[in-house]
Amino acid sequence: MIAVVKYNAGNIFSVMNALGRLGVEAVLTDDADLLRRADGVVFPGQGEASGAMSYLREHGLDVVIRGLRQPVLGICIGQQLMCRHSQEGDTDCLGIFPVDVVRFVPERHEDKVPQMGWNSIRGLASPLFDGVNEGAYIYNVHSFYVPVCDFTIASCEYILPYSAALRKDNFFSTQFHPEKSGSVGERILSNFLEMCKP
Amino acid sequence: MDVKNGETVKGTNFVNLRSAGDPVELGRRYSQCGADELCFLDITASFEGRKTFTDMVRRVAREINIPFTVGGGINELDDVERMLEAGADKVSVNSAAIRNPGLIDEVARRFGSQVIVCAIDARNDADGWHCYTKGGRVRQELGLYDWAHEVQERGAGEILFTSMDHDGVKQGFAVEALAHLADWLSIPVIASGGAGCREHFRDVFALGHADAALAASVFHFGEILIPELKQYLHDENIEVRL
Repeated sequence: MIAVVKYNAGNIFSVMNALGRLGVEAVLTDDADLLRRADGVVFPGQGEASGAMSYLREHGLDVVIRGLRQPVLGICIGQQLMCRHSQEGDTDCLGIFPVDVVRFVPERHEDKVPQMGWNSIRGLASPLFDGVNEGAYIYNVHSFYVPVCDFTIASCEYILPYSAALRKDNFFSTQFHPEKSGSVGERILSNFLEMCKP
Repeated sequence: MDVKNGETVKGTNFVNLRSAGDPVELGRRYSQCGADELCFLDITASFEGRKTFTDMVRRVAREINIPFTVGGGINELDDVERMLEAGADKVSVNSAAIRNPGLIDEVARRFGSQVIVCAIDARNDADGWHCYTKGGRVRQELGLYDWAHEVQERGAGEILFTSMDHDGVKQGFAVEALAHLADWLSIPVIASGGAGCREHFRDVFALGHADAALAASVFHFGEILIPELKQYLHDENIEVRL
């Protein structure tokens, strides 16, 4: 069973739909027991960090997510919340990845924030990217990013190089939206599902 | 894709609608052949038509794996919420934003700037570029550039600019006005109206400095094939997703 974390962020149904297209009937839940029992957990979303973090704390989901042992995939704000701290709303986050989230600072007129649109990923270094080519295009919507660090398993360039994906132990994450990234995104999601097989 | 009663239609200069199929089917075909985003515009005004459109949005969200924008009949925050709940990634507003500019601030505050695309229909009249509402029927005293700047300041995430002079006549996009907008604004500008051949797409990026280009009929009727167009743009040193 694949569980999707239910909380107050937007865009969660896109992930449910994408999993559905891959033939997976995921369970959308905030139930601690269900999340712990799942073969894999997706932590998606789009939204603002401080509001999302307070919601997770109020519902005890911070402790639950931090303690998960099965493969976990954070997406977009999900990835940012899995870090130590976010500049957005000066928010202390889950601290799964010991790195901080910062805001893009435009350098030229062409540097528009948020980054909205397709960009390419490189330095692919994880089974999450099996069968995905270097330079493959993925879809992004974000104003904040994680700098390149020890946990980077794919990088992207927008104003500067940054982490497009992270991994630490059983925790994986992408800054981009695999659920909106065409066939490349579908491949990444099915690679994740493959890791979740009991 | 302009959608009326669940069917795709596309007009020339905003009249003479011709049918071009099931929007979900068409959308899937476009995503498979390399379209980067899809845009669905509800041109039915009736309550029943709107319900049909919401159902279509739900189907698109279930079946298609690239981002899509929906618009038409978005008058208030609740309409935006209904579209986002049905699975749309972005919502475009047009006449309603001119009638009530505060709607842009409200949507941006509630859902974030990334969901709001401000669509602007404008025409280069004798006294300069002016905005038009109600599907291009009603002229507003509001100038194109003033309005574009205002919607950016109010929190719109993108501007979808349609030149009514160029729309449907296939003689190229309004590159001068586009370059003016794109060089001045700090949010992305999507060009719409005027695509007739692949060189027009090169020009809209190289001369018009547009961040994205939208077209309908040249794709619907197979006059331009998306994979060939993207390869051509790539060969012309314009960055595209191949």
